[in-house]
Amino acid sequence: MAIKEYEGDVIRPPQPPSFLKWIRENLFSSVLNSILTIVLLPVVLFLIYQVFIWVILGANWKAVTQFPMLFAVGQYPRDQLWRVGFILSGLIFILGVSWGRWGGLLRSISLAAGGFLLVIAVLPVQHPSLTLNMRIYLGSNLLIALIGYLIGNKTSIKGYLIIIAWILIPIVGVVLLAGFKSSSMIPAVQTTLWGGLLVTFLLAAGGIVLSFPLGVALAFGRRSSLPVVSAFSTVFIEVIRGVPLVTILFMFSIILSLFLPVESRIDRLVRALMAVTFFSAAYSAENVRGGLQSVPQGQIEAAKALGMGNFKTTIFIVLPQALRAVLPAIVGQFISLFKDTTLVVIIGINDFLGIGRSIINSDPEFVQLRTEVYIFMALVYWIFSYLMSLGSRRIESALGVESNL
Amino acid sequence: MNISEPIIKCRGVHKWFGDFQALKGIDIDVYEGEVIVIFGPSGSGKSTFIRTINRLEEHQQGEIVVDGIELTHDVRNIELIRMETGMVFQQFNLFPHLTVLQNITLAPIWVRNWPRNKAEDKAIELLNLVGIPEQAQKFPGNLSGGQQQRVAIARALAMEPKIMLFDEPTSALDPEMIKEVLDTMIDLAKSGMTMIVVTHEMGFAREVADRMYFFDEGRIVETGTPDEIYKEPKEDRTKLFLSQILHH
Amino acid sequence: MTYQSSQETEKTVIPFYRDERVLRFAAQIISAVLIFAFLIWAVLNFLRAADARNMTLTFGFLKEAAGFPISNPPIEYNPAMSFGRAFLVGLVNTLIVSGVGIVTATILGTLVALARLSSNWMLSRMALVFIEFHRNIPLLVLLFIWYFVVFGFLPPEKESLIWPGPIFIARRGVYISWPRLTETGNIFIILFGIGILSAFIAFFILRRIRQDTGKNTYFIPVSLGLLIVFFLAGWFLAGGSPFQIDTPYLKGFNFQGGMRLTPEFAGMYLSLSLYTAAFIAEVVRGGIQAVSKGQIEAARAVGLTQYQVLSLIVMPQALRIIIPPMISQYLNLTKNSSLALAIGFQEVFAVGKIAINQAGRAVPVFALIMLTYLSLSLLTSLILNVYNRRIQFVVR
Repeated sequence: MAIKEYEGDVIRPPQPPSFLKWIRENLFSSVLNSILTIVLLPVVLFLIYQVFIWVILGANWKAVTQFPMLFAVGQYPRDQLWRVGFILSGLIFILGVSWGRWGGLLRSISLAAGGFLLVIAVLPVQHPSLTLNMRIYLGSNLLIALIGYLIGNKTSIKGYLIIIAWILIPIVGVVLLAGFKSSSMIPAVQTTLWGGLLVTFLLAAGGIVLSFPLGVALAFGRRSSLPVVSAFSTVFIEVIRGVPLVTILFMFSIILSLFLPVESRIDRLVRALMAVTFFSAAYSAENVRGGLQSVPQGQIEAAKALGMGNFKTTIFIVLPQALRAVLPAIVGQFISLFKDTTLVVIIGINDFLGIGRSIINSDPEFVQLRTEVYIFMALVYWIFSYLMSLGSRRIESALGVESNL
Repeated sequence: MNISEPIIKCRGVHKWFGDFQALKGIDIDVYEGEVIVIFGPSGSGKSTFIRTINRLEEHQQGEIVVDGIELTHDVRNIELIRMETGMVFQQFNLFPHLTVLQNITLAPIWVRNWPRNKAEDKAIELLNLVGIPEQAQKFPGNLSGGQQQRVAIARALAMEPKIMLFDEPTSALDPEMIKEVLDTMIDLAKSGMTMIVVTHEMGFAREVADRMYFFDEGRIVETGTPDEIYKEPKEDRTKLFLSQILHH
Repeated sequence: MTYQSSQETEKTVIPFYRDERVLRFAAQIISAVLIFAFLIWAVLNFLRAADARNMTLTFGFLKEAAGFPISNPPIEYNPAMSFGRAFLVGLVNTLIVSGVGIVTATILGTLVALARLSSNWMLSRMALVFIEFHRNIPLLVLLFIWYFVVFGFLPPEKESLIWPGPIFIARRGVYISWPRLTETGNIFIILFGIGILSAFIAFFILRRIRQDTGKNTYFIPVSLGLLIVFFLAGWFLAGGSPFQIDTPYLKGFNFQGGMRLTPEFAGMYLSLSLYTAAFIAEVVRGGIQAVSKGQIEAARAVGLTQYQVLSLIVMPQALRIIIPPMISQYLNLTKNSSLALAIGFQEVFAVGKIAINQAGRAVPVFALIMLTYLSLSLLTSLILNVYNRRIQFVVR
């Protein structure tokens, strides 16, 4: 049988559907779909319209716009704000350096942070908090990030030095924020004065950084062949996972002091941080344990056959593979931690949510404006949380990790 | 090393898994530079035996001496023996999160404390030896099975072992890739490496093995040179097994 | 490298610090000592502190009078009753809000998941907005929005919003017209109950016969028919009116009758349900999508109908994947109910907190609270483990 030659036009790949075609396929593809679209479309448009009108015309954002500093740092003494600025710029600087050295997602983060502050700096509005000094400070951060980038990119700075900087800056930062009793340059500032986003970020970042190694340790502890260690880890993990965070927070608030020597007093904020850390560590432990289980036995045998001892095998072979396997779950836990910091409101700590509530309750006028305040806070939390999940998805795709959901 | 002393000496090695006895008194001497092939049906204990040599399995009775070091509960001895023996696995067991080069240099850098340059030079040299120098920056997942196994051989050789242990190195490979790995192993044998190879590849055995051991049900049934085993297998079980694998 | 001839090795004693058996044993002992030492130190501190503050550590106080009120208790309660009773009230509240929340979240979550998978772009996007909204805001913020913003601006009872039902929505609660059983209603209940039971039995037995013998037993129409027959029988025998709708009516400043949901309960219930529904939606969607296309194609190729493909092939496999994380979400919902403390809903944690404030028995109260939640968690874990073991099959 002769093979027929194709005599038509050159075959082209299908074009993306035209607008009308897209509407037909996605909105009216069947009778049911058509009905749904016809019913839903007006409802959705109406809702969007209503929200729009409210935001632009009906809402009074006074309760929010009057107190940006409260929302940002709580009641931290206004004349000591240079310390907060110092830490913020320090972080942006090291972020820039990291961007220069490693690139990737860090570029987006650095530019976004610097850019955001620049936008605030140049806002064409009058506000008592937005002094010229403040504007200059805010705007300069983008520059700081860029300088950092140059240093990271153009000099041959070692990677581990940058890591060390990342560890040191927060520690120094916290010490700087707290201050010293006897110092006049850096007087002590009680943690009860700390508030707003400052506290939220401290708890979230501190919680993430501290809970992760603890979680890894617990995961190993649970899998240990030493029965006492295994039992202790298991009980610890299961008890913490079985009760709500509020319970743990109160426990650390009220009961912790009973378990320590009578004379010791631990700062309230530190106690909240400990509670959040332990709570998150238990969940991270289970995630890491799942990852550890997924590493094939052959990997460990190969490492042993090469002469590597237990410790080296774990650090170089087991942990990298285990963590990579459960990275989505681990990052998901971090995001949950960030959202969980809101619970410290219940033990009286003025995080971002707490400041909002204080403002609402401080004045009958603001009680009426509470809708605006709550919407504002919800928006801020939502944006940060969403950005974190976006970042997490990008990291996962860069590392080639699959996520189930 | 005294030439008349075997580099590996096993006397009366017994091993139990719970109630099941996998090794029932193994006596083997391996001299430096020899290539030993161990074959037999599955479950005969051949993999278990080779894994006791570098302590991936622990023998409960008997004596194993590797390069003059006795294999006991002494952790330092175990460590020394593992540095002197290299192992190639049926499932390759390359580290998926490291490049080919990093797979090879990891142990020399962190166990033998070599400087990075020396380790990398050695790694490139070995990659040339096994024939795939261009794959150095790739990840194991991007290599074929045959290439992965050759990297595994290079990785083991990077530690400059005196003895190379092969646990069914070609059993997980597609047929067209078996030859490249066997060729590498033949080159290695001809260069004078002491090798113990658990395999079904009789062609390989005939070409380079000095002696063959037939394992069945945890015991050595028969031993001899390849010629002896092929032409005049003494035991019935040997004859049966050979007929099964040589005529498929 | 040491040279040892075989004669010498037999007599060599391994130094204990290199003997792996010794090392293993030592690790056990040392770790046990360290952990126990730590625990003992903590407990000693605790006992000393408890002694110094004259704290009660027993549960005896549970019998004493509570002395504090609980608003809108679901079961009978007054301040003269014991702490134990107060606790029970809290526990019942927790169980009610969690139970109803779980049911709502499951149904809603499944619907949202199906909407998300829909081929209608508009529906799918709306579901996406719902999911992304609830996944990214903290539950506490959501709770505050519902309680302080939505319920906070409701009108007083006299000017309440009226929804079909009728349902009256006002600042002190949601008042729902609720059916109430009349005297003849019992007959209806009994007959309907028999109807449900017989329908179930008929369904399973007849379906089994169909599977075993291949004979068509019409098990679906038969069981449905049984249900309807008993329903109608019960209805008529109850005189046509087994239920009477209890409509709330305004008396003075308050509503009487009907079923009242406090703003606290409503706020807690709504935020918990919607929040958890978003997560359940993702779980269900993941489960359905995880059933590989090949399964559906193979099922179609064998000639199964759309319904059969769904019920016999897709759902069983999807359920296997969905159920463990789903149960995990149920547990989260139950634990999240403790946020009620922030809005004054008196579930078990809030009651406990009041008890501590009133009576200062922090330790036993906490122990009791934790025990409650732990029991729920462990019970759920147990059920989950049993389920997992039973449904395990090997996938190649």
